[in-house]
Amino acid sequence: MAADVSLSPDARPKARAGAAPRRRRRSPYPTWFFLPAAIVYGALFVVPTLASLWFSLTRWTLSEAEFIGLDNFRQFFREPFLVQGVINTLIYGGLTSALKTVLGLLLAVLLTGNILFRGTLRTLVFFPVLVSTIGVGFAFEAMMHPTKGAINVALDAIGIDGPGWLTNPSLALLSVALVDVWKGVGLAAVIYMAGLVSIPADYYEAARIDGATRWQLFWRVTVPLVRPATVTVVTLSLISGLRYFELIWAMTGGGPGFSSDVIASVIYKQYQAGFYGLATAGNVILFVLIALIVLPLTWWFNRREVDL
Amino acid sequence: MTRLIPSAALAAALATMAGGAWAQEEEVTLTYLTDGSPDGVAVAEALTEAYTAQHPNVTFDLEQRPGGSDGDNLVKTRLATGEMSDIFAYNAGSLFQALNPTETLEPLDDLPNMAGVLDGFKGVVTGTDGKVYGVPLRAAMGGGIFYNVPMYEELGLKVPQTWEEFEANNEAIKAAGHVPVAQTYGDTWTSQLFVLADYFNVQAEVPDFAEKYTANQAKYADTPAAMRGFEHLQEGFEKGWWNEDFGAATYDDGLRMVAEGEAAHYPMLTFAIGAIQQNYPESLENVGFFAQPGPAGAPNGLTVWYLDAMYVPKGGEHTDIAKDFVNFAASPEACQIMIDTVGATGPLLVEGCDLPADVPRAVSDMLPYFQDGRTAPALEFLSPIKGPALEQITVEVGSGIRPAAEAAALYDQDVQKQAQQLGIEGW
Repeated sequence: MAADVSLSPDARPKARAGAAPRRRRRSPYPTWFFLPAAIVYGALFVVPTLASLWFSLTRWTLSEAEFIGLDNFRQFFREPFLVQGVINTLIYGGLTSALKTVLGLLLAVLLTGNILFRGTLRTLVFFPVLVSTIGVGFAFEAMMHPTKGAINVALDAIGIDGPGWLTNPSLALLSVALVDVWKGVGLAAVIYMAGLVSIPADYYEAARIDGATRWQLFWRVTVPLVRPATVTVVTLSLISGLRYFELIWAMTGGGPGFSSDVIASVIYKQYQAGFYGLATAGNVILFVLIALIVLPLTWWFNRREVDL
Repeated sequence: MTRLIPSAALAAALATMAGGAWAQEEEVTLTYLTDGSPDGVAVAEALTEAYTAQHPNVTFDLEQRPGGSDGDNLVKTRLATGEMSDIFAYNAGSLFQALNPTETLEPLDDLPNMAGVLDGFKGVVTGTDGKVYGVPLRAAMGGGIFYNVPMYEELGLKVPQTWEEFEANNEAIKAAGHVPVAQTYGDTWTSQLFVLADYFNVQAEVPDFAEKYTANQAKYADTPAAMRGFEHLQEGFEKGWWNEDFGAATYDDGLRMVAEGEAAHYPMLTFAIGAIQQNYPESLENVGFFAQPGPAGAPNGLTVWYLDAMYVPKGGEHTDIAKDFVNFAASPEACQIMIDTVGATGPLLVEGCDLPADVPRAVSDMLPYFQDGRTAPALEFLSPIKGPALEQITVEVGSGIRPAAEAAALYDQDVQKQAQQLGIEGW
């Protein structure tokens, strides 16, 4: 979305060639007004993007780069952990996005309702969003320690033998995803709250006069009308989930072994090892993957919006 | 400065020629990047304080970096971007080679104290151009197995020479209700010991392994002696030798367990003696050390590591003063300061600097291997190639996620990637 907006200055000259008089009337500013923005955009976005495409085709030590064609991409797809990483990325992105959307909407409905301590509760839900991700990661890593962690000590007290939240290879990724949802659901709730309060009360009144139940009010009035908020929440949480890294790295480092590796952590480990060209190729692949998932999704959302 | 200056232009010219006399009087602050371990920081503080006492115009700004692959990343990036501190401490051997030393570091052959540095150490900080780029920090160390002496005495066990004896000891310890071996995968790097410390046994059986491995002619997966380290990890997991929380326990937990008798063994490098001395001083004499046992009938010996070296990057602002400090760090006097700071943790690498008579028990356990010549350098000092994912792979084997044979094959692929990146012949 950002790309569309910022690309427009570049697109102007082309458009003007065809329909000059009409276009010129539209903008009261001379072209060179766009120059500062274009320079910043070019230096900070266009050049690095093109450079990374080039470096992804090289064996790169930061000081010198040797062109090796598509070898990095071949190597990256041969990475034994990559397939697992892609699957984990999709699980992680899908799961966190779905939970944040559903829980965010339910919390927002609760917090815009007529309840006691509404302001305080709203603050509490949003609070985890403000805390440092790395700090949250370390705190939960300590709480999820298999024998000494607060969670398993508490479970033990009521007679349940808690699992190794982060040390069991089949649980580690899910544990991190749940912490991510806890931390991020506040933002989704706030977006939904803004959406909910902008629904005119008339609709609810009309529906109630027609004899709608509370469930019907929620399902037939609230959910369709809060749709723009849903689009925002799903898109944002999906993009962040697919490229997520900090919390996973702080809590498990991709482990145990490679069992909670996602594409971003596989890429990071290539950087750590000094495989800069290979890591850059990984980022190009991640970029393409996110584009392949998110672009059709936003297109579909936008189309539906027009239909409504 | 209160000197009489003929003209500003001349002063500027003198200042650029600089060096000697003027630099002595200038107030200079050197930056020094050290690893963040308690010992590393303590040594850096002690050395810089001693140097400042002799040269009051030179002060230091210490920076700490993380260990493991995060630290590797930081050092490589700062060197490549010209942002490195005036002096830094970093590994010798294969990790040093990965810094591209001939382009990024100052050669240190002409330091007066370099003559006193043992040749064995110089070998692991020499670049491809034959020049020496580092001076040793602290002592040489062994990779092997720490054991809890009171537990051995209580159960009447003997120090094992072969892997079978080690297995038998572990079964006896388990039967007595203790934890046989501490594993600490909360710090993933600690999982590599069974594989890396087995190298004395590998080279005893396949003397040219390092050479062939570097030339892409020998693999872990098809060299039974080399694969044994992975098999040991699998065996330990399957036989239930580990502590219950092995997946989350940390390096410090491991030291505590073996020092205070919560576990009988902890495979680790002997630099840990310094940390035991600092954190569990009352248990220091309860901790013994032996080399990783090998197959029956083969000689029993110790795999040796060299600790960090101190380096000076090219193109620094105060290269001459930094080199003078590094020269000081290679002196017998500085060596003595290091012993006083972190204790004697192993054989020392500077001539004229000898171990004190009363060394900790684990150190005296290690010395016979050196005296009898039953040592071999770890593979990372014989070959520039070490795969970066070894620590994740060994965590997998030790956690029962991946069997040994598959893990060895996976590590071979990781090694190949590193070799291609370094541009080594034959890959």
